[in-house]
Amino acid sequence: MKFAVVVFPGSNCDRDMYFAAKDALGAEAELVWYQEAELADYDAVLLPGGFSYGDYLRSGAIAATEPIVAQIRSAAEAGKPILGVCNGFQVLLEMGLLPGAMLSNKHLKFMCHYETLIVENADTLFTNEYEEKEEINIPIAHGDGNYYCDEATLQQLKQNRQIAFTYKTNPNGSVGDIAGIVNEKGNVLGMMPHPERAVEELLGNADGLRLFQSILTHWRNRHAINA
Amino acid sequence: MRKVKIYITLKEGVLDPQGKAVQNSLHSLEYKNVGDVRVGKYMEVMMEDSDDIENQVDKMCDQLLANPVIEDYSFTIEEVV
Repeated sequence: MKFAVVVFPGSNCDRDMYFAAKDALGAEAELVWYQEAELADYDAVLLPGGFSYGDYLRSGAIAATEPIVAQIRSAAEAGKPILGVCNGFQVLLEMGLLPGAMLSNKHLKFMCHYETLIVENADTLFTNEYEEKEEINIPIAHGDGNYYCDEATLQQLKQNRQIAFTYKTNPNGSVGDIAGIVNEKGNVLGMMPHPERAVEELLGNADGLRLFQSILTHWRNRHAINA
Repeated sequence: MRKVKIYITLKEGVLDPQGKAVQNSLHSLEYKNVGDVRVGKYMEVMMEDSDDIENQVDKMCDQLLANPVIEDYSFTIEEVV
């Protein structure tokens, strides 16, 4: 299985993501510059954290106008796993691949610490290695992580089981304590916390590794069935 | 040329932490009569005139300049003298 880590100008968690997929998970992974990427060559797409285009205008807004967006869209339509973390989540929202938008943290402060997440749906291709309602520790690092959607959208997210992770103690004001959501098909995940920063004990915690393992497990099962 | 003035504000009902912080500071300065404060964005875009300019600006706002999930926008188009 081969992962693409898309690098935008201003991405700064791209190497962490690459390390998580390549060294911690042991899969194939490549860093690909957003202007040169051929996503059709990869089995999964990782959109890393950072500050694409310095977050000018709004977080993720400028990156979401680049030609690579069409490729991300077709990868999503083809059912490939697409994971957007932090700025990557913001890009997915601005692209409209996931519903809602991101606001500044409720108390306006940039926050950088561990949060306890609750796995709300252990039945997605990103969470199959977790237990339902399991509590995991994953670091956050964001200023604009206050997830917002209107009431009707929130009800839809709940009904379709699109809420993958919630915060145990909401740090930023997100609607419904939401930390991560998937699209209706379940193959696109956006989350503010950084699983790629928690992939081995040496980093303090390995709770994030199982997210990457889930993607690999899903891929293997799918290919075993197809074979 | 035309000067397009675009105003972007958070939608009614969407929490505006920046506005809240400014409101608190105004209260600290003893402006006790200050109520709700909303902070928005103002942009000036110079454009060549066309029959379609209003439509174009509307689309620009929808596609990029504002995020319709959380923001409202309005604009005026002025003649540059």
